Amino acid sequence: MAERKTKKETASTKGTTAAVKKQAPAKAAIGEQPEAKKEARVGVFICHCGTNIAGSMDITAVQDYAKTIPNVAYVDNYKYMCSMPGQAVINKAIADNKLTGVVVAACSPRLHEPTFRTATKEGGLNPFRFEMANIREQNSWVHMHDQEGATEKAKDAIRIAVAKATLLEDLFPKSVPVEKAAMVVGAGIAGMQAALDLANAGIKTYLIEKTPTIGGRMSQLDKTFPTLDCSQCILTPKMVDVGRSENIELMTYSEVESVEGYIGNFDVTIRKKARGVLSMEEGEAMGIVGGGCNGCGDCEAVCPVVLPNTFEEGMKPRKAIYIQHPQVVPLLYTIDFESCIKCDLCVKICGEKKAIDLNQKDEFVKVKVGTAILATGYDMFPVENKTEWGYKRFENVITSLEFERLICASGPTGGHMVRPSDGVAPKRVAFLLCAGSRDNTGNGKPYCSRFCCMYSLKHAHQLIEKMPGVQPYIFYMDIRSFGKMYEEFYYRIQDEGAKFIRGRVSNILEDPVSKNLMVFADDTLLDRPMKLEVDLVVLAAAVQPAADTNRTRKLFGVSCSMDGWLLEAHPKLNPCGTTTAGVFLAGVCQGPKDIPDTVASAEGAASAASIPIHVGHVELEPYFAQCIDEKCAGCGMCVNLCPYSALALVEKDGRKVMQVTEAKCKGCGTCGGFCPGGAIWMNHFATPQIIAQIDAFLLGGEQ
Amino acid sequence: MAGHEAPPKREDGAFKPKIIGILCNWCSYAGADLAGGGRIQYPPDVRVVRVMCTGRIDPLFIMKAFTDGADGVLISGCHFGDCHYLEGNYKAAKRMFLVKNLLKNIGLEDKRLRMTFVSASEGAKWGQVITDVVKTVETLGPSPLAELTK
Repeated sequence: MAERKTKKETASTKGTTAAVKKQAPAKAAIGEQPEAKKEARVGVFICHCGTNIAGSMDITAVQDYAKTIPNVAYVDNYKYMCSMPGQAVINKAIADNKLTGVVVAACSPRLHEPTFRTATKEGGLNPFRFEMANIREQNSWVHMHDQEGATEKAKDAIRIAVAKATLLEDLFPKSVPVEKAAMVVGAGIAGMQAALDLANAGIKTYLIEKTPTIGGRMSQLDKTFPTLDCSQCILTPKMVDVGRSENIELMTYSEVESVEGYIGNFDVTIRKKARGVLSMEEGEAMGIVGGGCNGCGDCEAVCPVVLPNTFEEGMKPRKAIYIQHPQVVPLLYTIDFESCIKCDLCVKICGEKKAIDLNQKDEFVKVKVGTAILATGYDMFPVENKTEWGYKRFENVITSLEFERLICASGPTGGHMVRPSDGVAPKRVAFLLCAGSRDNTGNGKPYCSRFCCMYSLKHAHQLIEKMPGVQPYIFYMDIRSFGKMYEEFYYRIQDEGAKFIRGRVSNILEDPVSKNLMVFADDTLLDRPMKLEVDLVVLAAAVQPAADTNRTRKLFGVSCSMDGWLLEAHPKLNPCGTTTAGVFLAGVCQGPKDIPDTVASAEGAASAASIPIHVGHVELEPYFAQCIDEKCAGCGMCVNLCPYSALALVEKDGRKVMQVTEAKCKGCGTCGGFCPGGAIWMNHFATPQIIAQIDAFLLGGEQ
Repeated sequence: MAGHEAPPKREDGAFKPKIIGILCNWCSYAGADLAGGGRIQYPPDVRVVRVMCTGRIDPLFIMKAFTDGADGVLISGCHFGDCHYLEGNYKAAKRMFLVKNLLKNIGLEDKRLRMTFVSASEGAKWGQVITDVVKTVETLGPSPLAELTK
């Protein structure tokens, strides 16, 4: 008790030093102490969760046991504690029994802690006087056939929770202002949609894109299923809107370098990679009349360096100074400094516009935003890893993205579908679905890439429509046509004459003369092996997280699932949120999605990201560190340990002590876990509270 | 092995280890919840205390658990590079070496303390970790310190 009193006094004198204004009730409550000194009276509420919990353990035995735990003043159980009547039980018991703490033994605090904190508050207690005992996710569900073990574990869990609840104290969340700006990382269709929504909601939005143009994967596609809209036709208006929006600050050829801060106040440093070309605005700013790049392309014509164009999947050349395709936004050339030979030809031809600066260096820009959306998208799985299909060994084995470029009117062949080996139109084309997806061999991806079935159907349709007489063969495991009008599209392609063969292709061999391909498969419907000679094979390769996803997610403190896709806060109920407050996910970076789902997810993320900005402030959980001055030796070890620079040594009463800047402190407790003098008090996870939990488990036993 | 089948039942009177698991909120606790959602079955001997980050874990907590008579202590956090608080798990891992040394010096098997890294998406791994920790402690038998606290 003495220790707690010391800490309280410390806290009240510290109020003014905190960088964030304390709320009025917080100060009053920290000042007055009589309640905390009262004998602890804890109420224990046990949830059946229908039969989820009650089916695996003896609730009556648990309840009878809970009554014997010291400081327990009231015990009750209810079928569904989280229901309105269940919460009413808690409300009533708090008042009737003058409880000082509440323990609910139910599901995980990660699920229902907010619910029961609210119930505790409504009952008249500070919400932080609530503690949860997890007897579902970490008990009844994982010990379904061990009634005795589960019952004993539940008793212990409640005893541990009661020990903590006995020592819990009033805490008050801190309210911090939210910067009225947002950031979107990645400017594919997801990032563009999210940025447009935010901008239209009146929020200043920084849209960061690592390549020289916005548009992403969708701009590489020819048509979209099942409506057969031309992808560019529906995408480019949005690209133009993004370029034109007053609220969007577009930063192409830029990458996020570092992120500091927390929800409401992220300080983001952006690296603007040297593109060697000034935009018209930049030209004007430098006082060059009529200067800057107007996209005329004279420089590209004279550039002597020839490289493969990645936008065309390497099937078309580009120069060292380039735009990826004619519809780029912004219309601004970029120099690939890795291959530029600095011959100066482009500078000379650009002349008076003076748009080209071969000595440009990377710039770093700092911006402050309240919330951020990650929309980093996907890359294709390197399907050459599946050597049996011969991609990159056989010229006429291509990926579906290459097919998109070949059949696209703006592509390398002007939309003439020809095969790479001889430039002749193919007559028989095999499509291999699940090329690397749904693959448990370890040399592939275990998940379904979700849109390959549908685009392969679309490819078959495009061939039949464009080149009468062509026979598409589709090798599939299942056709997953789950969306609106998708199944109907599938029937249509069947009617149009595409041949469907259910079976995985085991091997492909090439005829060295004709370059035709022999496809070996197992027709599982006819239950017989088959071989088929075709002119072209299209691999519907799996998708995987974009190359830089891992780096970006770590900057923002976002986790990923085992496949590398970014982890949502809850797979069903919070698919756009992450465990880092203020950071949201849009599009395929969270998992494979087709275009409608991607746009929906982007709009969801934009809506979620705009909420704190419109509210104007957020409440931070008050799990801050506090220094107990009397115990602090002023060694300063904690100052170096803090990953957020929240701690500092200050002079107080003629000696050095540590001081916490609460707005910077995220409550990890790294300092508290180290302090050799025990001088750091972690709110809600204080040393006496944790020790009490350990003691309760090991020394409590049967009462 | 942890899986969807129940772990084998112990014989009556067999040693039931007392193991405390201190888990970080963001990865391992979430992973343990995911194991629940997936109904991964594992032995019920580990009792869990939740902290926000493994960086919070004072070596004192572990020593206190052992002096209280714990047969084993499991510390579980995020994978390296995945810490919600950037680097708390690195600091926790460093402290574990210290504590393991200390345990050896006082004559306690350092295998009784284990630190693992289980992410929020590794429910099945959590089941394996628990099964493995329980098996390890069962093989070691009751902690000699537990005899003293009786």
